[in-house]
Amino acid sequence: MLETGTILFVSFLYMGLLFAIAYYGDRRADAGRSIISNPYIYALSMAVYCTAWTFYGSVGRAADAGLGFLPVYIGPTLAATLGWLVLRKIIRISKVHRITSIADFIASRYGKSSTLAAMVTVIAALGIVPYIALQLKAVSTSYLIIRGYPDITMPGVSTGFPVFSDTAFYVALILALFAVLFGTRHLDATERHEGLVAAIAFESVIKLAAFFAVGIFVTYGIYDGFGDLIGRAARMPALNSRLTLGGGEGTYVNWTLAVFLSMMAVLFLPRQFQVAVVENVNEDHLNRALWLFPLYLLAINIFVIPVALGGVMIFSGQSVYADTFVLTLPMVRHQQELALFAFIGGMSAATGMVIVETVALSTMICNDLVMPILLRLPMLRLTEQSDLSALLLTIRRAGIILVLLLGYAYFHFIGEHYTLVSIGLVSFTAVAQFAPAILGGIFWRAGSRSGAIAGLLAGFGVWLYTLVLPSLADVGFLPADFVTEGPFGIAMLKPFSLFGLQGLDRIGHAVFWSMLANAGLYIGISMFSRPSAIEHAQAALFVDVFRQAESERSTVWRGTAPVPDLRSMLRRFLGRSQADRALAQYGVEHGIDWEKSPTADSGLVNYAEKLLAGAIGSASARVMVGSIEKEAPLSIAEVMDILDETRQVIAYSRELERATAELQAANERLKELDRLKDEFLSTVTHELRTPLTSIRSIAEILHENPDIGPDRHQEFTLIIVRESQRLTRLITQVLEFQRIESGRMDWHLSRVDIEEVISEAVGATRQLLEEKRIVLSSELADGLPEIEGDRDRLVQVLVNLISNAVKFCEPEQGRIDIHARKEGGGLRVDVADNGPGIASEDRESIFEEFRQIRSETRGRPQGTGLGLSICRRIIDFHKGRIWVESTPGQGATFCFWVPMKGPSAG
Amino acid sequence: MTSLAAKARRLIGIFLLGVVLFNYPVLSLFDREIFLSGIPILYLYLFGVWALLILLTAMVTASRRSGLREQGMDERSETLTKD
Repeated sequence: MLETGTILFVSFLYMGLLFAIAYYGDRRADAGRSIISNPYIYALSMAVYCTAWTFYGSVGRAADAGLGFLPVYIGPTLAATLGWLVLRKIIRISKVHRITSIADFIASRYGKSSTLAAMVTVIAALGIVPYIALQLKAVSTSYLIIRGYPDITMPGVSTGFPVFSDTAFYVALILALFAVLFGTRHLDATERHEGLVAAIAFESVIKLAAFFAVGIFVTYGIYDGFGDLIGRAARMPALNSRLTLGGGEGTYVNWTLAVFLSMMAVLFLPRQFQVAVVENVNEDHLNRALWLFPLYLLAINIFVIPVALGGVMIFSGQSVYADTFVLTLPMVRHQQELALFAFIGGMSAATGMVIVETVALSTMICNDLVMPILLRLPMLRLTEQSDLSALLLTIRRAGIILVLLLGYAYFHFIGEHYTLVSIGLVSFTAVAQFAPAILGGIFWRAGSRSGAIAGLLAGFGVWLYTLVLPSLADVGFLPADFVTEGPFGIAMLKPFSLFGLQGLDRIGHAVFWSMLANAGLYIGISMFSRPSAIEHAQAALFVDVFRQAESERSTVWRGTAPVPDLRSMLRRFLGRSQADRALAQYGVEHGIDWEKSPTADSGLVNYAEKLLAGAIGSASARVMVGSIEKEAPLSIAEVMDILDETRQVIAYSRELERATAELQAANERLKELDRLKDEFLSTVTHELRTPLTSIRSIAEILHENPDIGPDRHQEFTLIIVRESQRLTRLITQVLEFQRIESGRMDWHLSRVDIEEVISEAVGATRQLLEEKRIVLSSELADGLPEIEGDRDRLVQVLVNLISNAVKFCEPEQGRIDIHARKEGGGLRVDVADNGPGIASEDRESIFEEFRQIRSETRGRPQGTGLGLSICRRIIDFHKGRIWVESTPGQGATFCFWVPMKGPSAG
Repeated sequence: MTSLAAKARRLIGIFLLGVVLFNYPVLSLFDREIFLSGIPILYLYLFGVWALLILLTAMVTASRRSGLREQGMDERSETLTKD
């Protein structure tokens, strides 16, 4: 016989022990010797994932559906393998930005939006309420059952009971008290509760040990090991189907959706966020926790099937709920201590969840829902209050009590009709709605606020419609034909088969539609929306968190504020001593003396905002800091500055590009010149060699044949003279070019009559023309004016042009025409030949030095390749221009134009 | 840095392995009434794969850490909580 007093005594003794652990944990933390700063405690605290649902509900589920309970634990295992990518990033972001809740995380990512913060808080609170109801149900049911020891009677449905005689109501009150005492003892800038984590880790040990004890008792005490137990079950036709998944329509899809759902839940349940992210002491602990936590889940599930099958076999024919097997199996075998241990284990599973969940939710309700509203209400003048930390604590305590009472209300009116697992999965589906906004938020820069809001609203709406409204219909708040016929008789809108979707279970159906709507809208709207400046900034800070140097100076906000204002604001929210210490620490770290610098720089303002964000959430902190900031965050001038900087950088890089291109071109040209110079050298030496060779050979002939006839003698010496002249001419040309190039040319300016120049040039080239029998005619317009210039050089230009033309004319048939006329303010002279002409691509380059046109038929041309180049230099000096006109095959016309007012005119 | 990238790749690989092994169609191959020393094969398979994933994750995460601790960050948040 277990006395009620004994049960209550043991229960309160257990809670007292938890308090002692929590107190010790806090004391050690204050002393700087944390007991939770190791991966084992961290992993055990994560096991707050296993609630009364796991402890009692898994067995119930397994008794109904065999291994169907497992996806809820396989999901977290898969999530853990990705935890190093996802969770580590979330932890880092939360530490950098002092984020203390999931609502804060989402709001902060999407531009510190208080709308989003409030939305997430409401969704989380409403979504978690059924989950808390589940714990109340488990604790009160288990209490009512164990109280009847050794008789096993199932408690009746308490819906009709008055509230004050309902055990669950008192359970709710006790848990609320417990959570208030644990979670809101004092206000902390980081929202970390070391003592609480220590107690939670202890609870994880207790619930695992209790479940193991029951499992071992059932498997090896009642039965003779796994094989015996399962063998017997397999012989019962009713249980045979529990050993496989069944493979019916949608079984595997449901399985996959459940795995996915629990993957999301283990990351985004408020209590998981609290223990895994907010209470994380050191990122490195994640390494071990990533496999210790799944290992814990594996361990706590090993005995689920044996207990479930054993329970079904032992209680076959009796009305004992499968959800209670963990407790009733020891009872039926009169194991008093084991039953009590199982009861404590179940209680530890429930209390752990309720405490962490309500603390996390109350932080959200306070920071992300109530405070932003209070701070904006002008009549409260909260921004002028001297100490708000007491108010914050009161709001949080009220939040905890409110959540638990809501949980009780859900249990009282709705929860009694459902099994533990189906209640829990409703909450999972609600929490999974955060997945697109968070995962998108940390990996996808373009995810936008409007996308997140739309996605959350849609997902939450579908959740309400497909899971919550039907449950209201079940208990009579809504007409039953809402579920069976669809609203207003529209079959397409039946909440369990939306748009006619069949084959999934209720949860799978809700997960599919809500995630489709949520992720679809989030992605779609994000792609087409234009984020604001702060959204841009926050997106970059979140997505690239591992790339940023961790410094307060790398801030986007550039506001400054008076130090006294900042100090008093921090004191109001954090309390005097903590605020002063934080400021002093910042001063020491950055070498700032507060007395000497009355204005806080942007680094300090940012630091203060992050401190505040820890206490009241990022959205509220932004409002508070904004109220004392000197400059509007990112004023137009600053935006212009940033734009200006960007523009300068772009301009600079363009300039660099251009300079590089110029350098490249210059380099190309240098290479080309080098090549041309080589060619020139070989040309010149060749040209020098030819006359030299002929002079030498003729001189040798003369030397070796002294008795040569006088006619031949005459002829040979003439050749020697000509070749020597040619040599001289070549050398003169080279020297002359050299002189022009280096600017050492002496110019003799005078009035020049172009007729004289032309006739002199023609006279100088007559011999050349006669040799090749080329006809030259000149046609000069009347009254050609005199021009100013260097006469000899102009003659040289014409000589060069004529001899150039001669070179390209066929002997015997060649014709050269010279025209001169007045044009513009100067004179134009054309020298036309009937040679092969010049291709258009060569018309400019022939004036470059050392450039000679080669052709297949004519081979290497004669001359140095300097003639035309010299011409251009001379005409340039006269401020005129020289060019060539040509139709290939019909000859070329070299033209130059010189102004009447010559080079001296300026 | 490369060791971090390698670690991330390996963990993604384990995740994908888990996704394949824990889902249709591989799962359906073991969804049969076959018993190994009295225990259903599906039961053995699920817990076996589960244990394998835990083992692989443990091996990858335990491999030599590349000293990437943000010491300063931790110290600061710890000192702040001393109340």
